Amino acid sequence: MELMICAAARTLEDGAMVVVGTGAPCAAAMLAQKTTAPNLTLMFEAGGVGPRLPRMPISVGDSRTFYEGLMATSMSDIMETCQRGMVDYTFLGGAQIDACGNLNSTMIGDDYQRPRVRLPGSGGASDLGSLCWRVLVITPHDRRRFVKKLDFVTTPGYLDGPGAREAAGLPPGSGPYKVITSLAVLGFHEETKRMQIESLHPGITVEQVQAETEFELECCSPLEVTSEPTAEQLDILRREVDPHRYIIGR
Amino acid sequence: MTMRGNGPLFVEPDCDAARQWFREKPKQMSDKVMSVQDAVRQFVSDDDYLASGGFGGDRIATALLHEIVRQQRQGLSFAGHTATHDFQLLCAGNDTGRGQLLKRVDIAYIVGLEARGLSPHARRVVESGQIELCEWTNYALALRFQAASMGVPFLPVRGFAGTDTFDHSAAARVTCPYTEQELTVVPALWPDVAVIHIHEADRFGNCRIFGTSVSDWHVARAAKKLIVSCERLISNDEIRRDPTSTTIPFYCVDAVCHVPHGSYPGNMPYEYYSDEEHLREWLTVEQDFDAYLEFIERLIFDSANFEEYLAQCGGAARMDTLRQQELDP
Repeated sequence: MELMICAAARTLEDGAMVVVGTGAPCAAAMLAQKTTAPNLTLMFEAGGVGPRLPRMPISVGDSRTFYEGLMATSMSDIMETCQRGMVDYTFLGGAQIDACGNLNSTMIGDDYQRPRVRLPGSGGASDLGSLCWRVLVITPHDRRRFVKKLDFVTTPGYLDGPGAREAAGLPPGSGPYKVITSLAVLGFHEETKRMQIESLHPGITVEQVQAETEFELECCSPLEVTSEPTAEQLDILRREVDPHRYIIGR
Repeated sequence: MTMRGNGPLFVEPDCDAARQWFREKPKQMSDKVMSVQDAVRQFVSDDDYLASGGFGGDRIATALLHEIVRQQRQGLSFAGHTATHDFQLLCAGNDTGRGQLLKRVDIAYIVGLEARGLSPHARRVVESGQIELCEWTNYALALRFQAASMGVPFLPVRGFAGTDTFDHSAAARVTCPYTEQELTVVPALWPDVAVIHIHEADRFGNCRIFGTSVSDWHVARAAKKLIVSCERLISNDEIRRDPTSTTIPFYCVDAVCHVPHGSYPGNMPYEYYSDEEHLREWLTVEQDFDAYLEFIERLIFDSANFEEYLAQCGGAARMDTLRQQELDP
């Protein structure tokens, strides 16, 4: 988990705007703020903007999301800031993800009326995944999650491939960017819009990643090894970001 | 490409019918302070479409939601917009031997309590197929309230197209008359009744919300009937000293209930933090159906009012602790 959070933190450049949820994404954004991106603007979908987070929020709507913040506004204001093109990144998750980065957070099963597991639904995910420029996903990596076909497409990734987002009317040039997993960092091929391995975590092989993925994975060349967290990153993560190990202890 | 999602439309976006309703709505600056019991008895009817303010477990109208469950309203439709503990609470009226409180739900977010996990009873209720469902997103539902508050039948959005969320919604596709771009449009939603917890109100219903407003600016204006509960009753002079702080004006409000700690166990910005232990207790108890029935019997149905519920949850001492957590995080 520490490696995933540190890798995610490194993708956020200084001066960027990012809509985060609770948990690992929030830890990554806090870590980025305290290391490489002091001028990263954090936004939360319920309306919190630019807080000095005293602790990790429990809810994306709780008062910590605007503690000593720059603005406490509305959900529409946050979503519309994304829609008019001002928000660089968002973090999303889901129970399932496919090769084109589409996400399912609605249900598991094959009957919508009688699902095996009813999950919460889109919440703000489908909005953020449509309207922010780049979508980041932090997730454990296993065959139950990395599936050929989602039980339900909640949030659009590249849908069924090149040009599909634009044809559906989603803003051009937006979409999934990185998928940071327990085994590797994956990106998306510029032309095919399919997921590909960019770097393997230390000690992990391509075969291991493929074995935990239902769909066929390509590899970038050259294939990198994910950088280990620096001593500074680990120190700040453990002492300041998540001293109670709520996230990194998982 | 689907031109119209296949989900059911529970409220027709008839803006002229809404105009007529708002024309006839009483707009006198009358004293609207009443008990939670009276407000729910008077303004929440069986088969109403209900909306709930705040963000699921943050600044929610818990006292009013408890009372709706306690008075055993039947056949409600509900806007599952950022719904977490509020939805979990309403599910206490389904499959618990008191008929069917929830009948239809517009879903953006239900069943879950964010990182705390999924509610086992809410899952039982939704997975059984007894509720008619329509899928949306948080912003789509926010826009539906916004369209209603503007008095127009729909608004466009550039999101959620091409997904199963769209296919199970009642959204539609249109071509922009200016740019010829493909857009998704969502229909206006006028709830019959909304319940919103706020910080301060005067007796006429001029309201102040501090912190994030989530979608309540629009929910309050879209609702045909609006019950607010407030932490503090303040004077009309106090409202007039700072009109910039008025978030909801009196003419939107039908009832004002004075309920300190009315968002408990939810967070109330600048007042008290969420009671995570109690929320965890809900999720744990729900795993055992018999224990759950006993739990809601004790906390909701056998409690005469919200004050008795607060007393069972640790009373003033517990509220002080949560206040400390909020003010000194």
